[in-house]
Amino acid sequence: MYQYDSYDQTLVDERVAQYRDQVRRYLAGELSDDEFRPLRLMNGLYIQRHAPMLRVAIPYGLLSSRQLRTLARIARRYDKGYGHFTTRQNIQFNWPRLEDTPDILAELAQVQMHAIQTSGNCIRNVTADHLSGVAPDEIEDPRLYCEIIRQWSTFHPEFSYLPRKFKIAVTGAVHDRAAAQVHDIGLNLVRNEQGEIGFRVLVGGGLGRTPLIGQVIREFLPRRDLLTYLEAILRVYNLHGRRDNLFKARIKILVKALGAASFRDQVEAEWAQIRDSGLVLDDAEIERVRRFFAPPPYDAAAAADLSFPQWLKGDKAFATWVRHNVAEHKVTGYRNVFVALKEPGAPPGDITADQMDAVADLADRYSFGMIRSTHHQNLLLTDVRQADLYPLWHALKSQKLAAPVIGTLADMICCPGLDFCSLANASSISIARQINEKFDRLDDLYDLGDLRLNMSGCMNACGHHHVGHIGILGVDKKGEEWYQISLGGSSENDVALGTILGPSVPKAEVANTLERILRVYVERREDGERFLDTFRRIGLEPFRVQAYAPGSNEAKQEEERYAVGY
Amino acid sequence: MRSVIKNRQIVEDHWQAVADDAALPDGPVIVSLARWQRERTALLARGEPVGVRLPNTANVADLAADLPVLALVALEFPRFADGRAHSQARLLRERYGYRGELRAVGDVLRDQLFFMARNGFDAFELRADRCLEDALEAFGDFSDSYQPAADQPLPLYRRGR
Repeated sequence: MYQYDSYDQTLVDERVAQYRDQVRRYLAGELSDDEFRPLRLMNGLYIQRHAPMLRVAIPYGLLSSRQLRTLARIARRYDKGYGHFTTRQNIQFNWPRLEDTPDILAELAQVQMHAIQTSGNCIRNVTADHLSGVAPDEIEDPRLYCEIIRQWSTFHPEFSYLPRKFKIAVTGAVHDRAAAQVHDIGLNLVRNEQGEIGFRVLVGGGLGRTPLIGQVIREFLPRRDLLTYLEAILRVYNLHGRRDNLFKARIKILVKALGAASFRDQVEAEWAQIRDSGLVLDDAEIERVRRFFAPPPYDAAAAADLSFPQWLKGDKAFATWVRHNVAEHKVTGYRNVFVALKEPGAPPGDITADQMDAVADLADRYSFGMIRSTHHQNLLLTDVRQADLYPLWHALKSQKLAAPVIGTLADMICCPGLDFCSLANASSISIARQINEKFDRLDDLYDLGDLRLNMSGCMNACGHHHVGHIGILGVDKKGEEWYQISLGGSSENDVALGTILGPSVPKAEVANTLERILRVYVERREDGERFLDTFRRIGLEPFRVQAYAPGSNEAKQEEERYAVGY
Repeated sequence: MRSVIKNRQIVEDHWQAVADDAALPDGPVIVSLARWQRERTALLARGEPVGVRLPNTANVADLAADLPVLALVALEFPRFADGRAHSQARLLRERYGYRGELRAVGDVLRDQLFFMARNGFDAFELRADRCLEDALEAFGDFSDSYQPAADQPLPLYRRGR
C-alpha cells in the first residue's frame, strides 16, 4: 500500500495542528457555528442527532492491520467500542466528543490516516473496486491512480469551496464494482486500439434527490492527461455550478442543464488551455506510485494444496461459506475472502473494536497484513491461500464475521438512518432487523439468489436505494415513518435507476411487502434468472399487483389509481 | 484609514472603494466593473491608480485586455463558502498574466487565506470584526502543497520529492 514520505506526513501533521486551533477558536467563541461548519466537515466531523460523528478516510478502501488496530483503539477510547463502515469505504464513529477530535486525528496521523475531505463541499475520498489488484478481470490496478488523485485533490486551493460535494470513483476491471456510473466523475481504465491504457470519463452521475446516470464525455483520455482533465472539469463546475439552491448544486444538475455535449465542449475548451501545464502526469510519477501497489510475495506452491478440496467435500457449512463469501483471485491457489459485517440483528456495516482487532490479527496471519473495506459495507481479506481458508473460516465464525450471506438479500447496504443521522426521515437499521427476522433461513436467502437490497433513511440516498435491485427509502408522513419501495435498480455495468413500486408502506409492513414481491419473482423466474433479470423481463406490473396486503389502504389506493386510467 | 493584509504584512490601505454613483475622490480608487467599462477613459485620465472590483459571476477573460492598465483587481467573496473567485484568481494570474494587486474582498476570513494566497491573492480585506494579526498566522498553515497553483507551477512530485 502507499507509504507516506516526509512530505505526506508533514502535511497531515500540519492539518491536525490547524484543526486543533480551529476547534480551540470555536470553543472560545472566535468562530461562529457557520464559520466552523465547513472547517469541521472538511475534517470529517458532523454534528448528529445524539453526538458528533467523525468520518475517517480509508483511501480507496485500503487498510493495514496496524491501521485497523488504531481504529479499534479509537473506538474503545473515544467511542462506544464500535465503528460503522460506509458505502464510500470509510469508517464512521458515532459517539466522539468534539473536544477529543483533535486528539483522535493526531492518533490517526501516527498511522498515516486522516479524516481530510471526508465531508464538505470539496473533493471527497476517491473510491475504487474493492478487488483492485486481485480481480481476474482487471485491465489495470486503479489504486495507483486513486492515490495520485488523492494527492492532487488534498487541500486543493481552488476546489475546496465547490458548490457541493464531489465524488470520484475509479474502476480498473471489466466489471464495475465501484458504482462509477453514479458518481460526479466516474473513471474506467480502458485499453485503446493501440493497446495504451487510459480512462473513459463519465460525468454527472449521482443519487440523492435527483438520481442521474453519468454520461461519457470522453471515450479515451491518456494517462498523462488525467489530472489536467480533472482540473478542467472541476474548474468549469466551480465557476458555473449552481450555488443558489443546495438541491441543484451538484455537477449532475449542471451537466443536465447544459447537456452533456455542451458541458464537454466547455471542459475541452478549458482543458486545451492547461493540458500541457505542470500538472501533466509523467510516467515517472505513475511508476513511483505503482511500486507501492506491487503484488505481495505469493506462494508459488499455493495451488498444490490438497486440503482445500477435501474440506469442501467434507464440511458442508464450510462449502456454503466458500460459495458465498469467497471470490476468485487472479493468482491460482489464492482467494479473496469477504469478512461479512452483516450478522443478523446487527446494523449492516457495524463492527466492534474486538472484531477489528481480530480481523487485524487474521490479516497478519493470512493476508499479508492488508484489509479492504467494500462499497457494500463489508471487509475483505485479499490474497488468502486456499489452504488457509478452512482455519480462517473457523476464526471468522468465532468472531461472528462469517455469516454466509454475501450477495444475498441479507447483504444489505444500509445508512445509519434516524437512529443516528440528523438528516434522516426514518429508521433504516430497524428495518434491516425486521427483514433479517423475516428472512432468517439461509435456504430461503439462497433460493432468492443474487439480490441487492439498498436502504436509505432519507432522499439524500446514502444507502444508494435508487440502484438496489430492491430499494427502500424512508419517508416521513405526518411524523410517522413510511417506506417507499423501488425495483430494478443497479449500480454495476447494467446500471439503472429503480422504478417506484407505488404508495409507500407503513413501517410494520416492509418485510411483508418484500416477501410478497419476492414471491412474484419465485413464481415467475425462468432458469437461472436473478431477481433483476426477471424484473426486467416482466416489468413492474406483476410486482405492483401483488405487493400490497389485500384489503390494505395501499392496495385500495393502487386499485383506485389504476381504475381511473382504465 | 483601515488596514489590510498585503504581501503577508498589515499595511494601511490607501485605496478607496467608490460607489457607482459617488464622485471620484483624489487618490487610488476601486470601482465596479460596470463603472470601469462606462468611464474607462475618464478614470485613466486622472493619472491615479485604478482598481476594478469584479463580481464572481464575471468572465475574467472580459477584463484581460485591461489588465495592463489596472493596478488592482478585487475579487468578491459574498460568502466565504462561495468559492468562484478562487478560480477567477488563478485564471487572472496563470492565464492572463496579471501581476498587479489581487485583493480578496467580502466575507474574507482567516481560515481561507492559505488557499487564497495559493490561488494568487496577495491582498486581503478581512471582515471588519476580525483580527489581522491572528490572520497572518494562516499563511503558515502548511509548509508545502501537492498540486500546482498560482504560487507554484509544478506539483510536489516534480520538485524532487
